[in-house]
Amino acid sequence: MQENLLQPRDDSRGKQMHPDDNGAVSRVLFAPLLICAALLLLSPAAAFSQAKNTCIACHSQLDDPLHVNPDEYAAGIHAQKGITCVSCHGGDPTADDMDKAMSKAAGFKGKPERKAIPAFCAKCHADSAYMRGFDPSLRTDQLAQYLTSVHGKMLAKGDDKVAVCVDCHGVHDIMPPNDPRAHVYPTNVATTCSRCHADAAYMKPYKIPTDQFALYNSSVHHAALIDRGDLSAPTCTTCHGSHGAAPPGVKSVVNVCSTCHVFQAQLFDSSPHKEAFDSLGFPGCITCHSNHGIQHPTDAMIGTGDGAVCLKCHSAGDPGFEAAGAMHDQLVNLDSTIARSDAILNRAELYGMEVAQPKLQLADARDDLMKARVAIHSVQTAQVDVDVQASMKVAQQTYQAGLAALAERSYRRKGLFVSLGISLLVLIGIAFLIRKLETPSHE
Amino acid sequence: MGTASNLRNWLDERFGWDQIVTFVRHKTVPQHRFSYFYFLGGMTLFLFGIQVVTGILLLLYYRPSPDGAFESVQYIMTQVRFGWLIRSIHAWGANVMILTAIAHMFSVFFLKSYRKPRELTWLSGMILLFLVLGFGFSGYLLPWNTLSVSATKVGTDITGQVPLMGHWLLIFLRGGEDVTGATLTRFFGIHVAILPGLATMLIGLHLWLVQRFGMSVPPKIDAEWTANPAKVHEVRFFPNFFLRELMAWYVALAILGTLAAFKPWELGAKADLFASAPAGIRPEWYFMFMFQTLKLLPSKFLAIPGDVLGILAFGLAAAVWTLLPFFDQGKQGRGSRWVAGAGVFALMYVVGMTVYAYLAK
Repeated sequence: MQENLLQPRDDSRGKQMHPDDNGAVSRVLFAPLLICAALLLLSPAAAFSQAKNTCIACHSQLDDPLHVNPDEYAAGIHAQKGITCVSCHGGDPTADDMDKAMSKAAGFKGKPERKAIPAFCAKCHADSAYMRGFDPSLRTDQLAQYLTSVHGKMLAKGDDKVAVCVDCHGVHDIMPPNDPRAHVYPTNVATTCSRCHADAAYMKPYKIPTDQFALYNSSVHHAALIDRGDLSAPTCTTCHGSHGAAPPGVKSVVNVCSTCHVFQAQLFDSSPHKEAFDSLGFPGCITCHSNHGIQHPTDAMIGTGDGAVCLKCHSAGDPGFEAAGAMHDQLVNLDSTIARSDAILNRAELYGMEVAQPKLQLADARDDLMKARVAIHSVQTAQVDVDVQASMKVAQQTYQAGLAALAERSYRRKGLFVSLGISLLVLIGIAFLIRKLETPSHE
Repeated sequence: MGTASNLRNWLDERFGWDQIVTFVRHKTVPQHRFSYFYFLGGMTLFLFGIQVVTGILLLLYYRPSPDGAFESVQYIMTQVRFGWLIRSIHAWGANVMILTAIAHMFSVFFLKSYRKPRELTWLSGMILLFLVLGFGFSGYLLPWNTLSVSATKVGTDITGQVPLMGHWLLIFLRGGEDVTGATLTRFFGIHVAILPGLATMLIGLHLWLVQRFGMSVPPKIDAEWTANPAKVHEVRFFPNFFLRELMAWYVALAILGTLAAFKPWELGAKADLFASAPAGIRPEWYFMFMFQTLKLLPSKFLAIPGDVLGILAFGLAAAVWTLLPFFDQGKQGRGSRWVAGAGVFALMYVVGMTVYAYLAK
C-alpha cells in the first residue's frame, strides 16, 4: 500500500491511523489488503511500473515547468522505494480526469512552497524509525544541520532564494549521494553549488564573491577530484559542510585543512606563525595558499623572490625575511642536486648501463625533499635542514653512481675498440695467410 | 721436434690420430656461386660453443630460484667483473645463433642438400633446430623479470591448447597449473642439462654424418660439373676453408662484442607472479610469426577453436618439413619445383608475418 505522507502519524509506534475505523469492514478487508500490501512492499519497482500513474502519463507530455522526465523519475531513489507522486503531492494517480486526479477530495496538495520544503522532506528524513526501514545507516539529522547553516538561517528569516533540499538534490530525479548521477555526488557538488554561487546576478543581494567555482576549477583539488577521479579530494561540502553549510571561521580553517594535511597543520600550530596569525586575525593555511583557487605549491612561494608569499608580511632585514630566504635556498639547491643526479642516471640508462639501484635510491631523496617542503611550515631552518641534508647525501651518492656508470661505459667502449682493432689485425693476417697459401707457387 | 713426434705417436696409438689428420687433410669443400652458404653450419656450431662457454661462466653466479634469480643476474650485470659482457654475449648470442640456425636450415633446403643419402643429416638438423628454439624458450625465463615470466605464461598457455596432451604438457612444463618457482627450476634443468645433453649428442651425429657424406653440391651445379668436368672446383677444408671460416667467426665475435658494449641486454623489473601480463606482451622475434598467425585466426572455425587449429597447422607443417627428404628425392622435375615454391612461400610467410607483427603492435 502506498503511504500517504500527508496523513498525520500515530504517536507511539509510528503506525498510520486508518481513516476507515469501521472494525467489521476492516476485518473482512484485512486479509486481502495484507496480501496486497505484502506484494506491493516486496516489489516496489514492479508495483510502480505496473500500477497506473496518470500523474506521470500527463506530466511527461507537458513542457517546463510542469514537465517530469519519466525515466529520470523511475530511476530515482524515491520511486525505486515505492514513494511516488502521491506521497508528496497527494491526488489520485488512477484517475484519468485531471480535475478528479488533482482534486482536494483526492488530497491533492500541489507543489509545496519553497519555505516548507526542508520541513516537508524532514517528515521522513528526520524520522529515524521510519528511515531505518530503508537503510539503518542513513543519517536523520539533515534538518537539524540545515537550520544551523547560512541557508537555513536565512530561510528562517523569510529569504526563499536560498538553497533548500530540492536545489541540491533535485526534485523528481533524486539519486542516492553515492550514485554518480546524483547532483550531490562528489564530482558534481561544485557544479550544483555553482548554480547559485557563480550566478553574479542571483547572488548580488548577498554581496559575496561569485568566483569560487571558477577558482576551484583551476585548483589542485579540482584536478585531483575530476581529472584523477580521487573521491577523497575536497569539494565545496568537504570544507563548508553540506546540510550545515557555512564558511569556516578564521580560527577553524586550519582544522578544516588539517583533516587531510595533518603534518603541515601540526608544524604550523607549533610554529611562530600560529600566534602571529591569531593575533592578526589571519586565517591559517589560506593566508598563503588561498582557499578556492589553491595551486600546486612551488619553491618560489617561499623566500624573498617574485611570487613569494612571505613578502606579504616580511621585509628585508627582519628575521622572518632571512629565514624565508634561507629555506628557499635550501630547497632550490636540493632540487637542482636531485635533478642533476636524475639527468646523469637517465643518460647512463639510455646508454644501456644498469642503474636501477641508484634510481631507486634517488626516489628516497625525492621523499626527503617532499618532507623538507612540508617542514617549512615550521618556519625553522634547522628543522628543514634535517630533511635537506639527508636528501642531499643520497642525491650526491647517486650522482657519483651516475658518473661511475658513464665512466664504465667509456671503459667498455674503449675496450671494444681495442678488441675490434685486434680482431681486424687478425682478420688481415688470416687474409694474407690465405692469399699466401693459394698463390700458385704454394699449391 | 722429438716431443711433438712422441705426442703424435701417443695420440695415434690411442685415438687413431694419423687417420684423423689424413681425413682432414684430404677433406675438400666444393667452390661454386652458392659456397658462402656453407659457412652457416659452422657459424651455428661456433655460436653454440660461445653459448656453452658463456653459459658455464654464468652458472658460477646464477641462482635458479624466484628469490635469487633476478638478483643474481643483477649481481652479474653490476658487480661481477665483465659479468655484463658475458651475460650480454650469451643473450645476444642466443638470438644470433637462432638466426644462423634458421638461415642454415633454409639454405640446406633451397640447395637441396637433404637429398639421398643425407636424409638423416636433415632429420638430425631439424631436431637440433627445435632444440635450439627450446634453448631460447627455456633460457628466456631464467632472468625472472616481468617480460620473461609473462612470455612464459603465454607460451605455455599456447602449448596447453595442443589437443589430447596439451594440458599434460602444460603441467609438465610449468611444474603445476601456473608459472611459479617450480617452473623456473624446471626450465633451468632443461636449459643447462637436458637440452645441452641432447644437443651434444645430436651435434655429434650431425657432424659425423656431414663428414661421412661430404659437402653436398646443389643439383644445378652438379649437372653443370657433370656436363663440364673442367668447371669442378674444390678447396681443401684445412687450412683453406677453415681459415675463411675462422674469419667469419671473428666477425661474428666482433658483432657480438659490439652488441654487448652498445646495447647490453636489459635487466628489466623483477617478476611479480600476481601481476597480470604487461599490455602488448609478445614473444621473441623467432616465435612472432606463429604468435601473429594465432592472433589473426578466428576464435572458432567449423567448431574448432582457432588457436587449436593454428597449433595443429604449425605442427603438421613442422612434421612435413622435417620429413621432407622422404617426400622430395630431389629429382629435377615438377615435384621438385613445387617443393622449392613451397619453401619460398614458407620463407616469405615467416618473414612477412614477423614484420607484420612488429608493425601491427
